[in-house]
Amino acid sequence: MIKAVMVMNTQGKPRLAKFFDFLPVEKQQELIRRVFGVLCSRPENVSNFIEAESIFGPDSRLVYNHFATLYFVVVFDSSENELVMLDLIQLLVQQTLERCFKNVCELDIVFNYSKIHTILDEIILGGQVLETRSTEIMRAVEEISKLEAATNAISFIPKSASSWLSR
Amino acid sequence: MGSQGGFYQSKEFLDLVKSIGEARSKAEEDRIVLNEIETLKRRISEPDIPKRKMKEYIIRLVYIEMLGHDASFGYIHAVKMTHDDSLLVKRTGYLAVTLFLNEDHDLIILIVNTIQKDLKSDNYLVVCAALNAVCKLINEETIPAVLPQVMELLAHPKEAVRKKAIMALHRFYQKSPSSVSHLVSNFRKRLCDNDPGVMGATLCPLFELIARDVNSYKDLVISFVSILKQVAERRLSKAYDYHQMPAPFIQIKLLKILALLGSGDKQASENMYTVVGDIFRKCDSSSNIGNAVLYECICCVSSIYPNPKLLESAADVISRFLKSDSHNLKYMGIDALGRLIKISPEIAEQHQLAVIDCLEDPDDTLKRKTFELLYKMTKSTNVEVIVDRMIDYMISINDNHYKTEIASRCVELAEQFAPSNQWFIQTMNRVFEHAGDLVNIKVAHNLMRLIAEGFGEDDDNADTKLRLAAVESYLRILGEPKLPSVFLQVICWVLGEYGTADGMFSASDITGKLCDVAEAYSNDETVKAYATTALMKIYAFEIAARRKVDMLPECQSLMEELLASHSTDLQQRAYELQAVIGLDAHAVACIMPSDASCEDIEVDRDLSFLNDYIQEAIEKGAQPYIPESERSGMLNISNFRNQDHHEASSHGLRFEAYELPKPAVQSRIPQTLIASTEIVPVPEPMYPRESYQTTMPSIPSDAGSAELKLRLEGVQKKWGRSTYTPATSTSNSTSQKTVNGTSQGDGASTVSSMRETYDSRKPQVEVSHEKQKLAASLFGGSSKTEKSPATGHKAAKASSHVVEKSHVPKSSLEVASEKATPAQQPPDLLDLGEPTATSTALQLDPFKQLEGLLDATEVASAVNGAPAASRSPDIMALYADTAAGIHNKNDADLLSGLSNPSVTNMPGTTAMPQVTQSSSKGPNPKDSLEKDALVRQMGVNPSSQNPNLFKDLLG
Repeated sequence: MIKAVMVMNTQGKPRLAKFFDFLPVEKQQELIRRVFGVLCSRPENVSNFIEAESIFGPDSRLVYNHFATLYFVVVFDSSENELVMLDLIQLLVQQTLERCFKNVCELDIVFNYSKIHTILDEIILGGQVLETRSTEIMRAVEEISKLEAATNAISFIPKSASSWLSR
Repeated sequence: MGSQGGFYQSKEFLDLVKSIGEARSKAEEDRIVLNEIETLKRRISEPDIPKRKMKEYIIRLVYIEMLGHDASFGYIHAVKMTHDDSLLVKRTGYLAVTLFLNEDHDLIILIVNTIQKDLKSDNYLVVCAALNAVCKLINEETIPAVLPQVMELLAHPKEAVRKKAIMALHRFYQKSPSSVSHLVSNFRKRLCDNDPGVMGATLCPLFELIARDVNSYKDLVISFVSILKQVAERRLSKAYDYHQMPAPFIQIKLLKILALLGSGDKQASENMYTVVGDIFRKCDSSSNIGNAVLYECICCVSSIYPNPKLLESAADVISRFLKSDSHNLKYMGIDALGRLIKISPEIAEQHQLAVIDCLEDPDDTLKRKTFELLYKMTKSTNVEVIVDRMIDYMISINDNHYKTEIASRCVELAEQFAPSNQWFIQTMNRVFEHAGDLVNIKVAHNLMRLIAEGFGEDDDNADTKLRLAAVESYLRILGEPKLPSVFLQVICWVLGEYGTADGMFSASDITGKLCDVAEAYSNDETVKAYATTALMKIYAFEIAARRKVDMLPECQSLMEELLASHSTDLQQRAYELQAVIGLDAHAVACIMPSDASCEDIEVDRDLSFLNDYIQEAIEKGAQPYIPESERSGMLNISNFRNQDHHEASSHGLRFEAYELPKPAVQSRIPQTLIASTEIVPVPEPMYPRESYQTTMPSIPSDAGSAELKLRLEGVQKKWGRSTYTPATSTSNSTSQKTVNGTSQGDGASTVSSMRETYDSRKPQVEVSHEKQKLAASLFGGSSKTEKSPATGHKAAKASSHVVEKSHVPKSSLEVASEKATPAQQPPDLLDLGEPTATSTALQLDPFKQLEGLLDATEVASAVNGAPAASRSPDIMALYADTAAGIHNKNDADLLSGLSNPSVTNMPGTTAMPQVTQSSSKGPNPKDSLEKDALVRQMGVNPSSQNPNLFKDLLG
């Protein structure tokens, strides 16, 4: 089962954190900090896997991927397979976020916080991978977006604002 | 412009994020966030906020909480939003509550109703939102409230809803299997769902169910295989393709399930061979997901009943992984190799170089994985290299968690495969030196035990050499600063026990070092306690050898300090040391025989050694002992007895007040009697008879109750230890520990723990062998206690044999030089009749026991009155049976483990002359005996670690 999904930037600021078993806020913060501590000390060109038992307790592994200014991290136990989790990150980022926001960047994730959560809820539910067809995920998200667009008159955030965050 | 995707955020939020992003320091960020919290607090409680605004506030709250700040003031608003009619607002509410609240939060009660309503909604998006919340927020208590609705949704026309309903049900199962156990068959039904997505979702709960109970799902093997076949043959729609692979996520889940179902089941496995082989062939190894499927195939192949062809394919894939440039694939390759070598160990050989490369790799994860593989591959031929590498790595890292893991693995491997004693000691020293405070204390005890018992059972010279090597290395290591506490304990114990044994080092050398230790680590009481006891042993050995004892000045000052210590344990040890030094050689040799830490201790359960004493007492007019069955007339005693008995048979009710509603007087008498038996050494002098009477029966009765308790262990704890029976129950429950303590010779010398061992063993002797076996298998072997550490660790067995083999030739060459060692018993002694040895050893115990039960003066008189010569044959006769029985048992264990009988009995033999001496010598000073008992109690384990010992002693 998947224990947590985290997105943080290269300075260690959390951009998204979803823990599938409840943890108090302080604990979440601590975990995020420790994960970042490990991530930023990883050299280039090494594997995307980390043994995370010292951080998340027994039977936990961690897979991360680095996109531009963001780390995507998935924490899970031995019932999942590392390569699959790596692909799950790919699926989330390249097949879904990339389609939602052309050229996805850190800013998109910050501003569309609730949307990212919606997407994640479509992919992972209760710690299990529920849906891996990007078309399905997109369709579900679109449906909600349409509804939202219908109720909201304005929905504009200038893309130019991304320049300062994505450096 | 997809950036917004319709998820509206305001300028304010933009500004907030921007300013946080631009914050230069954590403090600045905190200030901004606190400011924001103030704003939100004010705004959120204003009346008539437009929904859209409210929604944004909540999102901002979520964001703030993600940054680590408390947003609990807004939880209630999030809960309110879930009640809203507008889907968008409701969704935001649900999102916020799933992130804010845990399933036991007080506010959940306000949401359950809404969830119930929403699950029945016509709008499937509302239902989906509610199901998301169900997965996160419903706990065991609230499951029944939503379960009917969720069950209905399993048949919902929308597949997205069915999928989520399955996940919700799965979640219920995870949280409380019992509340949905009658519904698990629904997962099977959903496996046949028309929609492959729903089928795929069903695999998650099925995987978990099968992992818990394989046998109930064997019938599904065929179905799973055919599903997997269809998936692999691209029968699913294109939408399921991912990187040109047909539904790889489903394939992987199915392979995982098959691995479980085929494990150890030839018939089931045979059904799988074809499809797994097909996947091996078809899989595209250029994509990440393709490799994921291949890896899962290897896992499956290594789990199911082996098939040579599939193993070959698996080996091919592994070599491809290992040769790859990608670290990820190398990692998977190493992991897969670790799985496969269990079935075909030879496969590792071909990949030696690749494995070594991975070991040198800068990637820490890969390195650790490789160490894990090496750990699995370790044999006696490669143990030196592997453990050496592991220790080097252990030293190089800072992560305590992983350090601990490696240290315990090193210890395990070293114990299991050690090629030589020297190497073993050195390895352990390195481990302790660098990770001493991280390893389990048991490891230290085990090391002491190994040094005490030696490896080669036939070969005393080898043992002596081992000990000498240990002593030498420890004296050297003591020079290093900042040693871990556990390691120091081992060092102190070994120095105390064997420091002067071979005459290589003088007592003043060793005591000097020990004093240094106690001084350098003066705030570690355990180390100080070990050092003090070690000092006592050294001095005791000196005195016993009739050498002049000069206490070093630093030692004297240390003792002075300890005599006034705040720690009663240390104080006690210091007093004991003082007392021992004041005794003469005979007494000391009796208290502290050298190298007797592995001695077997036999028990006289009938206390027949008291026969003479009883006779004498009866002649003087004492009441004879009346067995329990005949005692109904004597109310006061029977009350006491019943109570005792009752305690033993049913732990719930220990007072028979309802059956015998006698006046309080009666219950009081036993109380006092109990007290007199309890606080042993000081019974009221006016009632010598009564105390005698109660003392005597209390022993067998204790034993009897203990016998029952053997099987009822665990129950007694419930009721705590209130009155007097704990004496037995504690000794019983701790018996293993203490005996281990003895065999490990932890703390003080071990012969000196006889009394306590006596106590703890007494109940067990009574028990028949079958029961012993049962107890052994149930509770880790009370009958095996002597050897349980050895058998517990695969270590001793294997290693002893290995070591023995490797050492026999060497030591036979060295016999000549070794013979000179004074402490060693001449080998002939070992061949003395075993029973004699044992029973003489026995003779030692009864006194210890006596002095615990009777007034000290009586002890003296008993010792006096009973001429040793006349008694010993008695005992032998009486003990022939039990002793032999025990011996057989022990021998069997020992033989299987370490030794041949002669070594086992050796300590007993060693003790013999000393015992005869002391008993023929006449009355022992009462003080010394009392002290001695205490020494034993304390010496074995430092008080902080085993308070039960004191319970035994003090009641």
